[in-house]
Amino acid sequence: MDYLPQILFAIALIAGIGYFARNVKKLMRNIKLGRDVDVSDNKSQRWKNMTMIALGQSKMVKRPIAGLLHVIVYVGFVVINIEVLEIIIDGLTGKHRIFSSAGAIYGFLIGTFEILAVLVFVSVIVFWLRRNVIKLKRFLSSEMKGWPKNDGNMILYFEMVLMTLFLVMNATDLKFQAMDSGNIISQHITPWFSNFSEHSIHLIERTAWWLHILGILIFLNYLYFSKHLHILLAFPNTYYGKLTPKGQFENNEAVTKEVKMMMDPNVDPFAAPPEGAETAVPAKFGASDVKDLSWVNLLNAYTCTECGRCTSECPANQTGKKLSPRKIMMDTRDRLEEVGKNIDANKGEFKDDGKQLLGDYITNEELWACTSCNACVEACPVSIDPLNIIMQMRQYLVMEQSAAPMELNNMMTNIENNGAPWPYNQMDRLNWKDE
Amino acid sequence: MSELLKVPTMAEFMAAGKQPEVLFWVGCAGSFDDRAKKITKAFVKLLNKANVEFAVLGTEESCTGDPAKRSGNEFLFQMQAVTNIEVMNAYEIKKIVTTCPHCFNTIKNEYPELGGNYEVMHHTQFLKSLLAEGRLTIEGGQYKGKRITFHDPCYLGRANQVYEAPRDLIRKLDAELVEMKSCKSRGLCCGAGGAQMFKEPEKGNKDVNIERTEQALETKPQIIAAGCPFCNTMMTDGVKNKEKENDIAVMDIAELIANAQDL
Repeated sequence: MDYLPQILFAIALIAGIGYFARNVKKLMRNIKLGRDVDVSDNKSQRWKNMTMIALGQSKMVKRPIAGLLHVIVYVGFVVINIEVLEIIIDGLTGKHRIFSSAGAIYGFLIGTFEILAVLVFVSVIVFWLRRNVIKLKRFLSSEMKGWPKNDGNMILYFEMVLMTLFLVMNATDLKFQAMDSGNIISQHITPWFSNFSEHSIHLIERTAWWLHILGILIFLNYLYFSKHLHILLAFPNTYYGKLTPKGQFENNEAVTKEVKMMMDPNVDPFAAPPEGAETAVPAKFGASDVKDLSWVNLLNAYTCTECGRCTSECPANQTGKKLSPRKIMMDTRDRLEEVGKNIDANKGEFKDDGKQLLGDYITNEELWACTSCNACVEACPVSIDPLNIIMQMRQYLVMEQSAAPMELNNMMTNIENNGAPWPYNQMDRLNWKDE
Repeated sequence: MSELLKVPTMAEFMAAGKQPEVLFWVGCAGSFDDRAKKITKAFVKLLNKANVEFAVLGTEESCTGDPAKRSGNEFLFQMQAVTNIEVMNAYEIKKIVTTCPHCFNTIKNEYPELGGNYEVMHHTQFLKSLLAEGRLTIEGGQYKGKRITFHDPCYLGRANQVYEAPRDLIRKLDAELVEMKSCKSRGLCCGAGGAQMFKEPEKGNKDVNIERTEQALETKPQIIAAGCPFCNTMMTDGVKNKEKENDIAVMDIAELIANAQDL
């Protein structure tokens, strides 16, 4: 019956990774519900952006305190996970610390992990204090009530527990302590267990070992349900991020076609539409639901980790307006999840639920408060573009619903009639010269 | 003074069989808004002083479509764009300078895809190049030693990464350039962008221009410098709201340079 732990381990591993893979597939399906856009250009610039922004955390450190703490947790997370490789091999083979034969290198590695584990633990405590005791304004917005707040804390608890288990596991591993190499932190924890029998200590070590790996598998599967998904999606998201100047808003191609047709003197306005054209659904201008947005917008939504830097930089939000760029992203994600669940429940087919992103999640008031200043886009540490979504939804409001505020309709009528947003005659455009 | 302004039109250049060095895109604010017209004239004085062969479109110019696009009326935007592009391409325009960051951004970034390819410069960039070529000299004059803070227009700064040209010009005035707590890539909007200029703000607890003006006042400036006619309006209103209009002037960089040389 010596194989029982290995069998249990294999089952846990397969179940953990299998369920995660299933959700990743669902995630990709949901993202692909978005409108197709071509982002296959400028590969070298895209790799560079990903390396700098996601891997190199270049935008995180724009806010030095949160940035530094985040870098610690990020580096800790990546490096300590090397240890998971050993745990997996040990678990499947029934060996103990298979890499320990590497001697001094092994000691150096584990020593590094232990120091990082402590640093991560401390950083996570500070993060928790920032959210729960210092109460930074950007964590208290209305969209952060309920699940988003609990989610944020839950992630921190997970990390605290995982780091503790890692250190306890090392401290109670008497063979490892006997090696006296790499136990730089755990040697100070070992004495806490001096009153226990050798058997009990071994039991604690095994328990910590099992809880540690099971915790990691649970955490992995928690990602899909959490804002913490950013640890994976930050990479593709920064890769597919906008490369053109921030002020350049994409020109709507469907509109370009219409405008070209109007400007072309050879087009016969009374010509019968070509065969089959009547049945084609006319393109919808702008976006009212998640499927009208591009798949990059939807990837953005899943990537958002609700840090709120966008919202704290937003001029509309700073002056008490309802608009919060973070809420735009969270709403898009929540609606997309709802659509995804609808598809799951209806055998792969979306059944109209009478809801949409516009109105049921995002209100007109929020959309009209935007000054298009790009502060949110600039602030995002992972290249999310809330402004792009806002503009697509404004297009829907204006071109499909004629629902612009009255003053804007006046402004647009002026542009149409006399080529300026104010009611001045175009023929007076040069009058300033003689005034 | 105004009779001294030389403002030839593209049509006149065409009739004379000549091409100007650069097209000055005046923009709607620069053409019609009383405050912005002063900026337009100040810039023209500088162009005249530097003997730049420029032309304007005059009555052939029309709104770039920026406020329409940012309001969501993509159709109106593209109609404006293709009309303007048709006019400019017919005149074989290669280079454009404008005093409005919104026009600058739209023509530079959004027109190429619709068939309008030009080299587009903001007037602060253009003035800087005139300086570098030795065609224009800047003296501090009345602004020597004055405390000046610069408000970054979103569509010049964040949107197009132009942060230094306006600041370099202020430094050339021998003025003391002081920065607000939010500046350059973190500059706070004046509240006019995205067509907000043309509507009442949504419900909130403060107007954006008041917030920005407060940030500017924290630097205890004598002058708030701007590089956009809309920012200029918003900041001027903000300063009036704080009843500081007698102590603090809101000025465009072109006006500062023109005034400094008593133009």
